[in-house]
This record gives sequence, C-alpha cells and structure tokens, in this order.
Amino acid sequence: MPTAIATRWVEACAADEIDEEDVIRFDEGGRTFAIYRSPDDAYFATDGLCTHEKVHLADGLVMDNIIECPKHNGRFDYTTGKAKGAPVCVDLKTYPVRVEDGKVLIGLD
Amino acid sequence: MTERMVVIGAGEAGARAAVALRENGFAGTITIIGDEHHLPYERPPLSKAVLTGPDEPAPPHILDDTQLAAHGVDLLHGTAATAIDRDAHRVALEGHDPLPYDRLLIATGARARRLAVPDAGAKTVHYLRSFPEALALRRRLVPGHRLVVIGGGFIGLELAAAARARGATATVIEMAPRLLGRAVPAALASLIAARHEAEGVRLVLGATIARIEISAEDRRVVLGNGDTVTGDTIVAGVGALPETALAEAAGLAIDNGVAVDAHLATDDPDIFAAGDCCSFPHALYDGRRIRLEAWRNAQDQGNAVAKAMLGANERYEAVPWFWSDQYDLTLQIAGLSDLATRTVTRDLGEGARIDFHLAADGRLVSASGLGPNGRIARDVRLAEMLIARRARPPVMQLTDPGTKLKSLMV
Repeated sequence: MPTAIATRWVEACAADEIDEEDVIRFDEGGRTFAIYRSPDDAYFATDGLCTHEKVHLADGLVMDNIIECPKHNGRFDYTTGKAKGAPVCVDLKTYPVRVEDGKVLIGLD
Repeated sequence: MTERMVVIGAGEAGARAAVALRENGFAGTITIIGDEHHLPYERPPLSKAVLTGPDEPAPPHILDDTQLAAHGVDLLHGTAATAIDRDAHRVALEGHDPLPYDRLLIATGARARRLAVPDAGAKTVHYLRSFPEALALRRRLVPGHRLVVIGGGFIGLELAAAARARGATATVIEMAPRLLGRAVPAALASLIAARHEAEGVRLVLGATIARIEISAEDRRVVLGNGDTVTGDTIVAGVGALPETALAEAAGLAIDNGVAVDAHLATDDPDIFAAGDCCSFPHALYDGRRIRLEAWRNAQDQGNAVAKAMLGANERYEAVPWFWSDQYDLTLQIAGLSDLATRTVTRDLGEGARIDFHLAADGRLVSASGLGPNGRIARDVRLAEMLIARRARPPVMQLTDPGTKLKSLMV
C-alpha cells in the first residue's frame, strides 16, 4: 500500500529482536503497538491493545498469521487486522512496516 | 426440513450459537428466548470490571440490536419459556403464543446456589449472577463498607478483591480448610490466600454457618463455633446449579445437568444443549461425563452446537479452560487435574508460575498458571494445545524456563 505523505516512520526495534512467528510490544508517544514477525519472515504492526478488553496483544500467542489475545483468546489476523470471531468483533488497526539496515520501522499517521 | 431454530437462553452459549448458526450458512429463522430484560451480556465482568470500574457501567453486551438485526436473529427478551412440547415441537412462552421449532437448543445456564441457613432470604443475603445483582453490590461497595463473603471460590474471592479495590473491607468465610476447593491446586490456592491477606482481606476457613442475624445497624453471620462475623452486606458465592427444570419436565435425560452426547445432542434428536446447563462426556478425560461452569466452554459449545444442529458430526472435545482475575493476579487453568498423579512447576519470574499436572503415564492433563496475566497467558495457552494433543512432554523441559513450550509442539 502506498504510504501517505503524512506518514512518520519510527524505529520500533531491531529485526532480530523478534523471533519468527512471534510478537513484541512497542510504545511510542503514549501509544502502544504490537510488532509481528511471521513464520515466512515478514514484519507487520498493529495497535497493541485487543479491541475486546484492552489487553496487550504482545503477551499473546502468534500462530501463522494469527495473534491470539492473552486474556480471552480473541483472534486477529495481524497481517490485515481482521477480527476472526467471538469474543472479538472489532478489527485491529494496522500500520505499514519496512525493514531497513536490520531495523524495523513502522509508519505512523 | 430444518427451517426454524429456537434457542432457550440468551447467555454466552445461546447468543454464540445463534450467531454461529448464521455463520454456518443457516437461512431459516433463529429466535432466542431470554428471561432477563436485557440484550445478551457477558457474565465474567460482573464480578470484575462491573464492580470496580470508575463509572457505573452498562451491561457488557455480547450482541446489540444492530448485530442481532445484521445476523437476522430475533430476541424475545424478558420472556420465560414455560414448557417444551416435544411431540408438537413447540416451546410454550409466558405472555406469547407457543413458538414452533424444528431444532431446539437448551442454553439455560446455571443459577446461584442458595445458602441453606436460617434467615438467609433474598433480602438478607446477596448473590451474584446477573447484571442487576452486580449493580446492587457495586453501589454498596463504598469506602468503609463491610462486606462479608460466604464462599471462598472464584466469585467470592473476586468479590473480596473488588471490595478492597473500592475501599470496602472484606471477610471471606469458607467451609473447607482452604480456598478454591478442588478446582485449583492447593499450592496456588495458598498463594492466592496469602495475597488476599496481604490486601487486608480476613479469611475465616474451616467454618460452618449456624445462622444469620439482622438488626437495624448490621448483619451478623454466626459461625458453628459460636464466633460472629459482623458486616453491612452479606453476599454468598457457594456454587451454581444447572437450570434443568424445562428439560426435566419435558422428559429429557438429566445427569448433573441436561445430559448430552459428545455431539451435544440430548436423547431427543431435535433438542440440543450447551453451556453451564449441560453435562457431556469428555474424550480427553476417559469419556467421563463433566459439566463446566465456564465462559470459554459456553462459547466453544455455542459454536459447536450450531454445527451439530445443522447436521455436522464432530465430537466436542475442547480442553476445559477457566480464568479468574483478583487484584493484578490472573489465574488461568487449562484441563482437568483429576487424572494427575504428579505436579511439576515452572518459575516464570516476577512471582509468576505455571504448574503442570501429569497423569501416571506422563500425559499432560492440566496446567495452572498464576501471576500477572501477561506473564502466564501464552504458556497456559501452549499447555492447552499440548493437552489437546495428549502430549507427554519431558519433565525437564516443562520445568526449565529456558525451553520454549512452543518447541514442544512438534
């Protein structure tokens, strides 16, 4: 997806800080995000809190393209933000990601 | 031909099943009958955020009017089902014409067990099962208020934690010599007890209740040994009983709940049951018949029963899963520990731990985690998946915090 002109690229972490098929938390400017590395070594970013009860998704389990909330097992596709059924019905906001010089950058609006 | 689905019960299992029927392609009518005057709402927050949140809350809805309309689900709320006429395939309703069904789901849940002591009438003792009951308790939990909790199970302890969070005092009276009964391993129960005491909760264990006395000033619980616990509000959390009256009157098999098979069907092929009200045989635990009072089970069975009502032939064998939040502690339990002969512990740091319960043959049958939610949830979830796979993980790897549980999944 082309990035809007207003996008601000922020360094979230080193690329090797996240294991494959895993997630870490990244806080910036009073906001919290979840940064994912998929089993096929691509990086993604979403809002950090579950849309059901505002729990940090980075404490949850990543399986393939799915992040599962640690509180009530709500599931999202972290590559699209799509909620995958009860108890979650509100999608997660996603953010563009690029990897440069071993760093993971996320594009914030 | 199946054209009319009727669900009795607007709780987690019933609401989820109604939506899942649609998600699985059912095109006929779906009607939920709920006896409460609310849209379907989540019960777990009633003993947590509803009591402690900064503002007086609205019911935490599972489905609102827009979602009901979007799914084409009719909700008759504030309506009691009074009988099931199996021959005519009709549900009798209070104040409405009978509702015909092709397939019927009984998702009537459970009700709070009442105290069997003198003067324990509704006006004297509070219970916590519904949103209005939670709201009534919330309004009482003000600084300095003295809450007396009868029952040291999940509900009782969450109530005590909520009371402390709101500046009220709390005394918990439990009949057994320890908290949380068989559902929670003793080692974790004693850690939870210590935390409550550190928070200023008074625990009175191994106590029977002789009677309850009320006066204009206060309420007193008189114990079997003659001691008295005095407070302003008494609330009892002494277990729940499955709502089986309709099923029983209709002649369906009852066995610690509406008895269903592994496909959640009753002995009437057009009637199913799901959630707290039903008992079912569980393949993971030697086919033993169990009944669960658990939010996740209600949801999972709601999903599963929808498929079964549409003719699928899948066995329900999800791993039982429970959780409780008290202060900043979360307890999560996956599986049932009844078959366990050995328990080993992994220290997760920062006061968090997970206990693994193994059967005699080394199979992982249950795991219980206690600590901040963020430290335990992922490992309990992975343990749940190992339990479902009937895995026999090496003890050395289970206890070693350096071994990722995910690596044991292969």
